[in-house]
Amino acid sequence: MTLSYFPGCTLSTKAVGYDRSGRAVAHALGMDFVELPEWQCCGATFPLATDNAMALIAPTRMLQKAEQAGGDVTTLCAICFHVLRRSQVFLEKHDDVLERINWFTEEPYHGKAHVTHFLEVLRDQLTWEGLRQKITQPLKGLKVAPYYGCLLLRPPNEIQLDDPEDPHILHDCLAALGCEVISFPYQSECCGSYLAVSKPELPQKLAEEIIQSALRHGAQAIVTACPLCQFNLDYPQRAEAGFRKQTLPILYFTQLMAVALGLPEADWGIENHYVDPLGLLENYLPASVQSVNSRE
Amino acid sequence: MIYRALVVGAGIAGIQASLDIANSGYEVILVEQEPSIGGHMAQLSETFPTLDCSQCILTPRTVEVGHHDHIKLYTYSTIEGIEQDEQGDFLVRIRRKAAYVDWDLCTGCGVCQEKCPFKVESLFERGIGTRKVIYTLSPQAVPNKPVIDADHCRYLQSKWDIESGRVPAFDSKGNPAKPKCGACEKFCPTGAIDWEQKDQIIEEKVGAVILATGYDLISQMRLPEYGGGKFENVIDGLAFERLLSASGPTAGKILRPSDGKVPREVVFVQCSGSRDPERGVPYCSKICCMYTAKQAILYKHHVPDGQAYVFYIDVRAGGKGYEEFINRAMEEDGVVYLRGKVSRLFPEGDKIIVKGVDTLSKRTIEIASDLVVLATAVIPRHTNRAIGELFGVQSDENDFYLSANEEMEPVLSAVPRVFIAGCALGPKDIPETVAQASGAAAKVLSLFQQEKVLSSTPVSVSAGEME
Repeated sequence: MTLSYFPGCTLSTKAVGYDRSGRAVAHALGMDFVELPEWQCCGATFPLATDNAMALIAPTRMLQKAEQAGGDVTTLCAICFHVLRRSQVFLEKHDDVLERINWFTEEPYHGKAHVTHFLEVLRDQLTWEGLRQKITQPLKGLKVAPYYGCLLLRPPNEIQLDDPEDPHILHDCLAALGCEVISFPYQSECCGSYLAVSKPELPQKLAEEIIQSALRHGAQAIVTACPLCQFNLDYPQRAEAGFRKQTLPILYFTQLMAVALGLPEADWGIENHYVDPLGLLENYLPASVQSVNSRE
Repeated sequence: MIYRALVVGAGIAGIQASLDIANSGYEVILVEQEPSIGGHMAQLSETFPTLDCSQCILTPRTVEVGHHDHIKLYTYSTIEGIEQDEQGDFLVRIRRKAAYVDWDLCTGCGVCQEKCPFKVESLFERGIGTRKVIYTLSPQAVPNKPVIDADHCRYLQSKWDIESGRVPAFDSKGNPAKPKCGACEKFCPTGAIDWEQKDQIIEEKVGAVILATGYDLISQMRLPEYGGGKFENVIDGLAFERLLSASGPTAGKILRPSDGKVPREVVFVQCSGSRDPERGVPYCSKICCMYTAKQAILYKHHVPDGQAYVFYIDVRAGGKGYEEFINRAMEEDGVVYLRGKVSRLFPEGDKIIVKGVDTLSKRTIEIASDLVVLATAVIPRHTNRAIGELFGVQSDENDFYLSANEEMEPVLSAVPRVFIAGCALGPKDIPETVAQASGAAAKVLSLFQQEKVLSSTPVSVSAGEME
């Protein structure tokens, strides 16, 4: 089985670890990612203006490519997922806008694409029980706090992934990996999003609140499905900043899946983190590899 | 036409309407689903804007209803069905739920409630307090006769288990199995406990009907951003009334549910579910601005060194003495009013963190509070629509009853001889409810009077007699 996959620009640059671990995990689960041909930017934000046809051209192009590739397309990036899913839902309801957009694009889109997040594929196609059966290195005793952020869940009537007030899709995924899942009140709070560019002190403050709360609840790591959340929580903890005594690794769920599926360390994609999670994850290396490491 | 009226619901609206009709010399059949009358007003501590004790102004009326010669009271009863005859009179079938207590023998001494060993969560106390399995709603209950909550009664449950064969009819020693407990029966001085009582269907014929089915508060489950009812120290307005009430679960002390401590910082959140077409109800619940101010004032009277905050969209205080009352809360009692909504509540340690915004200073606000009181939206009783349909009365999209004409004939339904009063029509406060109930009663009385005049035998008077 293969899945049509839209990586998005962040997963090719800042978040290569998310991309690499995601592809490795999908391969291990027997649902290889096939990159969408000629993919480009998803549009980065879903337009909120009333006349939004122009800003929808980019996502519509991608939906058209997906349609050509069979219809279904899956993403890892929460922002790409958000923009593409909302565009898909919007265009299903607004034929007139679609018609106008089709005047400007190379090939017409017929409204037949279906955008999913990889978490959704895991939940609905593989099922959590199916995932549990494939785990070779259960992450026993690893205390992780799922962090959803906002774009993965909201607005719920369009995204329809999970209940934004009481989400559990990441909880379920991490529980299937054998983790000890910790709920904390900031799990769907905003990370500061793009203000990291224009007003970096604000995400810094928000990150501090989120991390402190997760620490208070006993988390050893925060797990997210969004590259921007990961960056906004990870970056303020960098060694150069030097003000944090206690750091908390910020991981992608695919990275933990890679560990739990017993994949080699190269597939974990954890080398670009500001807070190095290796120390935390080393214990879960397959026994054979661990002994090699200790001999070195 | 039969000159007798049916009043459905014995809250303050139903009580007022019944008394007005009965005091004019006509018979009233008053039906109430709860064991005692008084409705939500019996739960309140004080009323706005005069800060009168709610029980003290209500009790004379409930007692009058209980003793009135012209009022036939059916508590713990529901409307089962309706038939209308050719004359337009209603044949009403009333289901009198089994109370397992013979009310003719019961003297209301209360020994059974003292001796009953089982406690369950009390809906009347909004889940903060408990009640016994045999209970009346409050010490001032009218009628002062208890009912047994069969779902939780050990005796009835074990008796039915034996009868249905779920439990062997004989124990290991060969003795016949006996139902357990029965404490109330042992101690009742008049032998009023009747385990064999069944629901009874009673038929009454009436010429006119007043629907006064009242209101409820929206469930906190519908407010997931405020915890959806999961946080012990986030309570609704009625629960806070019970904390304030001298006959409440804390005997009038303000103690928060989780640990019984006096809350030093209390946050009131107005429009919790009201004016929120997306998640709650689209309309304004009308009473919350006033009762929140009242609760904040009373909190300050109980805990003078405590701090009360009120989050509001805007303050709607239309009514005699109402605006002055709000000003009193702000100026005399030092309640802090913050214009803005609360986006989230969550527990952190033993505090509830309130995340909100003050739109006047344009700042987001975070308050670590000890107790949060949600002024949850007023909604019709969940049975409103179904009861209306029995009588042919239509409900609107929010399940409130529709008047024949909202402006000019608010208490008339579109069905002849069926009238409506109180919160069953839409949210309103006590003075307005009482006025409307009297209005509905006046409509019934004028209907009876007109019919009497029209149906009386015309008397021919000769010219000679005229002189």
